[in-house]
Amino acid sequence: MLEVDHLAVNYRGVLGLDQVSFRINPGQLVGVIGPNGAGKSTMLKAMLGLIPSTSGMVSYCTCPLHQQLERVAYVPQRSQVDWDYPITVWNVVMMARTRSLGWFRNPGRAAKEIVRAALERVDILNLKDRRIGELSGGQQQRVFLARALAQQAEVLLFDEPFTGIDKKTEGIILDIFDELRSQGKIMLVSSHDWGQTLTHLDRLLLLNQRLIADGSPQQVMTPENLHQAYGASLKTTTRSTLDTNLFC
Amino acid sequence: MLSVLLDPLHYEFMRNAIAISILIGILCPVVGSYLIVQRMALLGDVIAHCVLPGLSISFFLGIDILIGAFASGILSTFFVAWIRSQSRVKVDAAMALTFSSFFALGITLITTLKNKIDLDSFLFGDILGVTPHDIYRTLIIAVLILAIVKLFYKELLFYTFDRTGAQATGLPVNAIHFGFTAAVTLTIIASMQAVGVILVIALLVGPALTAYLLVKELHQMMGVGAMIGVFASVAGVYISYYQNLPSGPAIVLVSSTLFIFALLFSPAQGILTRPDSAVSLKRLLGQVGLSKRS
Repeated sequence: MLEVDHLAVNYRGVLGLDQVSFRINPGQLVGVIGPNGAGKSTMLKAMLGLIPSTSGMVSYCTCPLHQQLERVAYVPQRSQVDWDYPITVWNVVMMARTRSLGWFRNPGRAAKEIVRAALERVDILNLKDRRIGELSGGQQQRVFLARALAQQAEVLLFDEPFTGIDKKTEGIILDIFDELRSQGKIMLVSSHDWGQTLTHLDRLLLLNQRLIADGSPQQVMTPENLHQAYGASLKTTTRSTLDTNLFC
Repeated sequence: MLSVLLDPLHYEFMRNAIAISILIGILCPVVGSYLIVQRMALLGDVIAHCVLPGLSISFFLGIDILIGAFASGILSTFFVAWIRSQSRVKVDAAMALTFSSFFALGITLITTLKNKIDLDSFLFGDILGVTPHDIYRTLIIAVLILAIVKLFYKELLFYTFDRTGAQATGLPVNAIHFGFTAAVTLTIIASMQAVGVILVIALLVGPALTAYLLVKELHQMMGVGAMIGVFASVAGVYISYYQNLPSGPAIVLVSSTLFIFALLFSPAQGILTRPDSAVSLKRLLGQVGLSKRS
């Protein structure tokens, strides 16, 4: 079980995250929703110790999560990556094996087979020798999905994986989420706009610095909760996309 | 033709100059590639300027300049990081402030400690004054850094491509960053004699950047960059010999000329040769009124 207990983040006096607590069981796909600047990315990063937290504990199987990072795969936002970096698709996915290979060792046949299978699973094996900058947005997202798969982690954190991608990629991501769920993995996925994909989630966390609601998508997406999270900033465009998902 | 290349080798100072050019021609682009892909090219310039106070103090104390220059260069990177962590000041401004301050401190120290440093050769290099001792030092630094790059290649690739991702898998990113900074500082010290601190950034960045336009992977960028680096520095030494030009600027100008060539003619990315160049050329001609295309 993944446990987040009173996690808080302050960044130079600005509140980033306020006492967030929740638990996730194996085989659960949990979404995080909230307005821009609500602290979704901050929460994922703080959980892994990538940014310092002011208080709180994050544990997995009763031990601190940041001490067992080899069991975690983290997929950063696509905008955080330098797509002009001189590297091929194959080598990006091979990075997943860096930690398990250990220092001073080059990838052997086993590692190559894992990388090949991951690329095949996201349907970009034919692009393996391309420079990553030559790919479309959806293909780029799939490279990172393949890297997460190749890591063979138990806990997977995705930061905005649905931003700027095509329908095909969205379908592949959702299929893979289903597979990982059946394998008993823990998945935490952030998005500022879930659209129709909300129906795939087991659970949804509504976040705006603090955790406003936690439950099934139907329980969370109520007008009261949304008003609390988005307040007056809930623009008509956002409202219309959210309304379609209210399960009414 | 052959005699043009061989004649200068009768002089020991030319043999030394060629030896050190080959070494830094290989070393600088390898380290410079990492600077470029991390968008930290100017860090090289910062460290280069910041070794001056340490150099002056080492001269005063009579210790090896390597120690003082290294300490001073590393200290400057800590200073930049400290300013950033303690305030809202952005990295470029912190760098500008740091390197000018260290440089000013260095010049002041040279005057007050009455050092006998030849400031000119420090700033612009004096490749013809290279001694065997300098060559050994550069050789040791080059072998050390190239071995480290080879041993930690996959970790460095991960770190420079996706620092957050590398940290998320538990790689010791702070240690890697410190090691990297140390390698940049050592490379600068090794190259200082040849091209001087003002121009060392050109050798770190120029050949690697030329290679960046020609290849698609980091290790190729380093390999091709090293070939270009060796060519540029050796050619620069010969040009400086025959044309009686200062050697540092000659090396840098050869390297920059090669970059311009790659920028224009790189098969995949050259302004005149890339796949869409026919279209853009037409547009360009249209703009200058040479074509009637509306």
